[in-house]
Amino acid sequence: MNQSNHPVIRFPKLRSLRLLLILSIAHPMATVADEGPKLGKPANPQEIAAWNLTVYPDGKGLPIGHGSAIEGKQVYDSQCASCHGSNGLGGSSEELAGGKHKLTDPNPDKTIGTYWPYATTLFDFVRRSMPPNSPGSLSHDQIYAVCAYLLHLNGIIPETAEMNATTLAQVKMPNREGFLRIDAPQ
Amino acid sequence: MNQTSLPFEYHESPNPVAGGGLLDRRLFLRQSLALGGMVFIGQDALGDEFDRPAWMLKPGLPFSNYGQPSPHEKEAIRWVSSNPAVPGNGVSWTPLHVLAGTVTPSGLHFERHHNGVPQIDPAQHRLLIHGLVNFPFFLSMDKLASYPMVSRFCFIECGGNSNTGWHDEPVQASAGNLHGLVSCSEWTGVPLSIILNEAGIQPKARWLIAEGADAAAMNVSIPMEKALDDAILAIYQNGEHIRPENGYPLRLLLPGWEGVTQVKWLRRLEATDQPAMTRNETSKYTELQPNGKARQFTFIMEAKSLITHPSPGHALQGPGLYQISGLAWSGRGKIKKVEISADGGISWAEAELQEPILSKSFTRFRIPWRWNGGKTVLKSRAFDESGYMQPEREKLILERGKNSYFHYNGQVAWSVDTEGRLSHVY
Repeated sequence: MNQSNHPVIRFPKLRSLRLLLILSIAHPMATVADEGPKLGKPANPQEIAAWNLTVYPDGKGLPIGHGSAIEGKQVYDSQCASCHGSNGLGGSSEELAGGKHKLTDPNPDKTIGTYWPYATTLFDFVRRSMPPNSPGSLSHDQIYAVCAYLLHLNGIIPETAEMNATTLAQVKMPNREGFLRIDAPQ
Repeated sequence: MNQTSLPFEYHESPNPVAGGGLLDRRLFLRQSLALGGMVFIGQDALGDEFDRPAWMLKPGLPFSNYGQPSPHEKEAIRWVSSNPAVPGNGVSWTPLHVLAGTVTPSGLHFERHHNGVPQIDPAQHRLLIHGLVNFPFFLSMDKLASYPMVSRFCFIECGGNSNTGWHDEPVQASAGNLHGLVSCSEWTGVPLSIILNEAGIQPKARWLIAEGADAAAMNVSIPMEKALDDAILAIYQNGEHIRPENGYPLRLLLPGWEGVTQVKWLRRLEATDQPAMTRNETSKYTELQPNGKARQFTFIMEAKSLITHPSPGHALQGPGLYQISGLAWSGRGKIKKVEISADGGISWAEAELQEPILSKSFTRFRIPWRWNGGKTVLKSRAFDESGYMQPEREKLILERGKNSYFHYNGQVAWSVDTEGRLSHVY
């Protein structure tokens, strides 16, 4: 990194700015005035779209594509089962399906079917991080299909149901209302 | 190896301040006792000018470009535990039981990775700010380094730290391997509020989605209020660039909040009107309670303390005067008081807190203790400036059940047997 880019050189108003910063740290609710040097490079919509991986509970961010549990089983068996076990349980990584014990049981099963509040989270998580040895290698159709398979394994959708940008966000997960926000706005 | 392995000798008999032999916390600070009353065993082994050890009789090693710990300190290492099928998914613990003071050496800062440590070229790394902002932009690392910076100490604690506390039986391990998913560093970087103000946050933007540039592209949702409060885009840790395993070249610092929110290898911040409900804020890092409802967005790490010296793995060398020492911290601010019990919680005495006492940082506590050689139980409990007291384990479990997994901060107890060995007990 270029060590010559020291703030003292660039900011004649540093003294007052530093005071503002100190105040902002000292007072939890204070915010700093718009005092940055504005060195950012503007990002255009195409660049943002190419970076943006996030899928939201309302379906925002879901791409074009589709798949059902029938195709999803093939993806799962070749890409996921070695860690997560056949049928979503019994592997070295966390169990995804087959939950028998309710969340109120002394030994609850926290699977996709019993615990996850949103089906969109599946797409978001698989696309960004799965499979661990080759993240980013699955097509959007494959991801929709494996989401469908996991939802089907958990008894939430029929085997033939197609998951796409519309239908995935419409899936009502059994534990949708199971969470209480503690340190965040409702 | 550590101070607690040898008793101090003293000639006076100060009155105990609580049961089990706890003495006034200022005992070690009194000049007369410190100089005249105590003899450090081993002092007479120093020798005189005619009895010089081997390393005084030949030149030492030359200079080095980057210093390393003494080869004799082999116990000061992180203990690693990861998934054999996915070696980059796991944790390593800070060895709190062999460290002193309040700063964690950067190479011993705990790790939690979801898919390994990315090897990032800082010349290619960029941060994107977008979403509900007026001016979305990229910042390269050299541009970010030109922004005004601040420094602060703060701890980072994994939400899953201490989680064996939820088990029915106390797990036997060292203090670090039970509670070492917490570390404390000095962090330096750019206040996030400056960047957000430049981007022009729109009124509907109540959340900020943070994403890392690792192979898990780890992402979490953060309330905008925190982002504008004390969040820092951290570039330096303990004076040098952040270590790769702690987020090089850029990590989000959210003082006092659980570690998973302090996204390492930060590459993207999206301002939104809703949380993303990511995997790590729904299926993980949430606490299932007995009624079947789960606590979510439990960001603040509540007050916790533990005795690091003595602790399991240490051995007391016979009855005598010892110093009990440990760490306390709170995500709500400063530690106000730490109390110690040397009789299993029947009576308590206040420990001395080492200055400076910093908000959302490790605070070192110490108290002298005269061990009579009998069985006993040592405990600590922290109080923070919000008035919160670290709860008894029974109280925590009564409120939360045993399936929370995350956010365990019950009081920690070590038993001492007549041989001076320590064990983890409830």
